Amino acid sequence: MSRTEIRVTGYGGQGVILCGYLIGKSAAIHGGMHATLNQSFGPEARGSACSAQVIVSDEKILYPYMRKPDVMIAMSREAYNKFAPELGGKGIMLVDEDLVKEAKAEKNMKLYKIPATRIAEDLGRRIVLNIVMLGFFTAITKLIDHDAVRKTVETSVPKGTEQLNLKAFDSGYEFGIKQLESESKPKKKSTKKKKEVAA
Amino acid sequence: MKTDPKGVLTGEHYLDGDHACAEGALAAGCRFFAGYPITPSTEVAERFCSRIPLVGGIFIQMEDELGSMAAVVGASWSGKKSMTVTSGPGFSLMMENIGLAAMMETPCVVVNVQRGGPSTGLPTMVGQADMMQARWGSHGDYEIIALSPASPQESFDYTIFAFNFAEKYRVPVMVMMDECVGHMTEKVVIPPAGKIDVAYRTMTTLSPDKYLPYVPEKNLVPDMMPVGEGYNIHSTGLTHDERGYPVMSPDAQDKIVNRLVDKINKNADDIIMIEEEDTEDADIIVMAYGITSRVTMPAIFEARKKGLKVGFIKLITVWPFPEKRIKQLAKTAKAFVMPEINLGQVVLELERIVAGKTKVYHVPHAGGWVHDPADIYKAIEEAANGNKK
Repeated sequence: MSRTEIRVTGYGGQGVILCGYLIGKSAAIHGGMHATLNQSFGPEARGSACSAQVIVSDEKILYPYMRKPDVMIAMSREAYNKFAPELGGKGIMLVDEDLVKEAKAEKNMKLYKIPATRIAEDLGRRIVLNIVMLGFFTAITKLIDHDAVRKTVETSVPKGTEQLNLKAFDSGYEFGIKQLESESKPKKKSTKKKKEVAA
Repeated sequence: MKTDPKGVLTGEHYLDGDHACAEGALAAGCRFFAGYPITPSTEVAERFCSRIPLVGGIFIQMEDELGSMAAVVGASWSGKKSMTVTSGPGFSLMMENIGLAAMMETPCVVVNVQRGGPSTGLPTMVGQADMMQARWGSHGDYEIIALSPASPQESFDYTIFAFNFAEKYRVPVMVMMDECVGHMTEKVVIPPAGKIDVAYRTMTTLSPDKYLPYVPEKNLVPDMMPVGEGYNIHSTGLTHDERGYPVMSPDAQDKIVNRLVDKINKNADDIIMIEEEDTEDADIIVMAYGITSRVTMPAIFEARKKGLKVGFIKLITVWPFPEKRIKQLAKTAKAFVMPEINLGQVVLELERIVAGKTKVYHVPHAGGWVHDPADIYKAIEEAANGNKK
């Protein structure tokens, strides 16, 4: 896979940076890829829309900063409004559908929605919404191997919270797989796509 | 020698450059850290102070950077491998005691996670404009050793090299990191303790009544002595003789200052570390260090695709500068291109050494961001066309 740039964004406290960290760590430690993570450090990181930028690639990453994101995860309305134009109508946008109601698909930009906060609340703790989002991201983008990400979640979260976080990851992942299936149903090649998912 | 395994967090980690630096220090056997928090270096101190109780050692948050550097000098003389970490404004405050460390020949490591300057400048953004300050920021004549990492992995590795140089040459060694590398998270592989080579200062074999603290060995470096074993010595920032006693004379000054400079310059072949790629038959050689050495690569690839013969030198150690090698290459290369995130610092040394024999194209950047590889490519193209800026 060639260089792919991902921006994870939301408001401070949602676990935006951790979500980006887990994407990078999954790719670099368990996924056999290169991954460089950067995060916002200015005043924007203290209260308003904060963001993490992850670059993943099969090749060594030389230029360390994001040029133009290919994938964006938006977990708040402010973050969406601030960063969505960067996609330039291309790529993949993943949003929490209850928090970013105005999200719209564009010509070449695919939009995928998930009620991540609600799912997290149903699991018992809203705090794991970033892990729900990570599962959703893993299913939709297929950038990083499912087992690599799941293993990273299991080994990176605080002791005693593994089961909750894995449940959050699985919920987001399954939600994403279902969405892909329903998306591919009307199309002719639906069976082939299903196979890919199963693999 | 092998390192103390207690400080070595063997395994594959996903760390930022700052945390990797702290792990490098612990792996190298550093057991004393005095510092004062400053962006973008604070994460080094945070990591060190959270890990040191498990390893066994001391972390002190001092009242300021003057005190930090003073504490590092003292701790090193007590026998501990010691370090401090800071950024531009704090680096300026440390200069007085860095000079003291150089004069007293104190093994120590100073990490500067460079941000944009002068003054408070750009606290959260990258710069490489402290390179000359690292070399001669304190008053008087002396030489130091400086390394510049381009990734968290190199931040780990080079911090170990820094301690080894400090111990071997009894000199302050600067790890000139930058905000981009410090705050960038990537995979860092920490080898088993048995695979990490570390140096320790040479201790005297003479008895306390025969030992003089400033008698140089063959490599121009004097042996140190163990603390608490009856070696009553005197050390001072004043010009001193082999006993360490102040001597106010031009002869004593000539002797000590020349040795402080010579112990680095005459051992330069042992110290200098560079990476070379396709330099032998290159028309154009790009030279870079730190984060800029990474950002330069896409420009070099692009130029090679266009058929240009471009070589690359990465400075692992920036000071001492690889004078001998540059002189050789200046005979065959048509031009050097040097990008750095300042308005022209290390390039001055390059220009001095090639002495007009070949052209030098500098690609400056005032800081706040890394170079756009397109700007470096443009300079390579310009060098190929032979149009001096």
